[in-house]
Amino acid sequence: MIGFKTTSGGEPLLEVEALSVALGRGAGAIPIVADLSFQVRPGEVVAVIGESGAGKSMSALAIMDILPPTAGVTGGSIRFMGEDLLTMPAQRRRMLRGSRMAMVHQDAPTALNPVYSIGWQIAEMFRVHRGATAADARREAIALMKKVGLPNAEERAGAYPHQFSGGMRQRAMIAMAIALEPAFLIADEPTTALDVTVQRQILDLLVGLQQERGMGLLLITHDFGVVAEVADRVIVLYAGRVVETGTPDAILTNPAHPYARALAACVPHLDSSVETLPSIPGMSASLATAGPGCAFAPRCPLRRPICLETRPALREIAPGRRAACHFSEEVLADDSRAVA
Amino acid sequence: MTDLLQATPRAAKDGVEPRRRNRSLTGEALALLGRSPLVWVALVVLAILAAMAIAPGLFTNVDPQRCILLNSRKPPAYGSWFGFDIQGCDVFARTVYGARASLAVALLATLGSTLIGGALGLVAGFNGGIIDAVISRVTDVVLGLPTLLGAIVILATLGNTGGGVLRLALVLSLLGWATEARLMRASVLQIRNAEYVRAARVAGASSLWIALRHVLPNAVAPLLVLATLSLGSYVGTEATLSYLGLGLQPPTISWGTAISDAQPYLASAPHMLMFPSLVLTVTVLALVMLGEAVRRAFDPRSR
Repeated sequence: MIGFKTTSGGEPLLEVEALSVALGRGAGAIPIVADLSFQVRPGEVVAVIGESGAGKSMSALAIMDILPPTAGVTGGSIRFMGEDLLTMPAQRRRMLRGSRMAMVHQDAPTALNPVYSIGWQIAEMFRVHRGATAADARREAIALMKKVGLPNAEERAGAYPHQFSGGMRQRAMIAMAIALEPAFLIADEPTTALDVTVQRQILDLLVGLQQERGMGLLLITHDFGVVAEVADRVIVLYAGRVVETGTPDAILTNPAHPYARALAACVPHLDSSVETLPSIPGMSASLATAGPGCAFAPRCPLRRPICLETRPALREIAPGRRAACHFSEEVLADDSRAVA
Repeated sequence: MTDLLQATPRAAKDGVEPRRRNRSLTGEALALLGRSPLVWVALVVLAILAAMAIAPGLFTNVDPQRCILLNSRKPPAYGSWFGFDIQGCDVFARTVYGARASLAVALLATLGSTLIGGALGLVAGFNGGIIDAVISRVTDVVLGLPTLLGAIVILATLGNTGGGVLRLALVLSLLGWATEARLMRASVLQIRNAEYVRAARVAGASSLWIALRHVLPNAVAPLLVLATLSLGSYVGTEATLSYLGLGLQPPTISWGTAISDAQPYLASAPHMLMFPSLVLTVTVLALVMLGEAVRRAFDPRSR
């Protein structure tokens, strides 16, 4: 097999530099993600948050090289353990996928093949990457099923996906993802399709495994509550661009971008009684329809003429914090987190 | 890690009822088939026919090739249930012995067209692009050829060069795979975009592995249904071609050749035509019934 380097310490696992993704090719291409840069270090949980259509999932698909045929990476670089993923041979990239970098899908019920037993599908990882025999792979699969908290693993290994509940299917998906002890894991809305009570368990499992193995985890979500609890750093995406990055604590309690502030204000709190939950007025923008200025400007309570003319650059506003707003200082200074 | 294990008992609750153990979708379809009385009738009929094809000696101890001209066109009587044909051969014996050739042609032609069509449909649907375009156009052309006319032209051109069952099955396969290919392609196109196919790609599986292990098993059910149905139609096609003198040739015994031989004497000795036709009809009916039941069992909407 191909030897893979192991990373240690603070060296980043994944470095995404100025990544751009577009639908279609040539002049008619519709941009989806523009100028996305971030890093994930070993043992770190980085959350990407944003509305539907902000480009969260597309970024993940670009990293895993499973963009739909109509979409493609149009610029930037993705480095994994120091190697450029976009220029390496397809065969090597395929071997990296699954073994060194893995993904937990959004929709576990359909991400499992209905004609194979759960045990077979977990065992498949060992057969594809290590050429293990069916019997050996099965033994490994059962051990993994125990690890992710699937009861009666020996017996249930022969069960089919439709005989599992949503939470158990998600556990099986996690077992498949961590089977070969990847250094880096993407979880694309891992709890969205689940009941609220089960969401908690799955998130605990995921983060528990991440801590235990020191994996880098890229968590894609639209749930600020999830982010606040588990993430080390947060990237807020709006219309395909980063609008703010920082620690979840800083962004939740003292956002520097009006969009992040509006998002944070939409998180319901148990200790406050409100008649209606706040929402952000207007429609979510997309990169393709955005004008020359700030994409959030049409919905922004602080909008000034400059916002519609010039796009604000992503700039450092405090140590470890970056925001793309002309008036970040003003947003920071404003203590009232009210949304217009 | 202890936190993780504590989550286990709750998860155990929302499992499956222990009775319905580990059945795959195919397993459920088979169970559904087993509950239908029509399926059992069809299966019993087909089992008898299969036994005839494999061991005709079990059903009659009369030699179908031992013909006494003195018995020519004698109607059914005790000891010769189906009567005698124009050559004075026992019709029952010839009908029993004819099962082998008739069913062999149908089986081989179905197998051939399913394999050719299934493989091309899988390749076309899975790869897409130019490969798909080429295969699809060829499929359209073959689909445009009337199977029977094509078979008549090819067999008439080849003439009486022997080969019998195998040659006939091969010609029918080469003309009949287009429907299978189209069905398979459509089925693969749908499966190809399934989330689990993408998941397998993320897991680092190769294209060949994905095509054979993930796409094929999920896409094959409609093809199985079509195969069962086409078995019946190939039995009929063999009979038609043999009747026209282009399929199997004497001394090979088949239902088609028997019908062909009997046709001129329909008015004077109808039994010669009736009995082989009756068995042929029952066979096709059993196969169509089974095919229809299989189709329903694999159709999730009928559950």
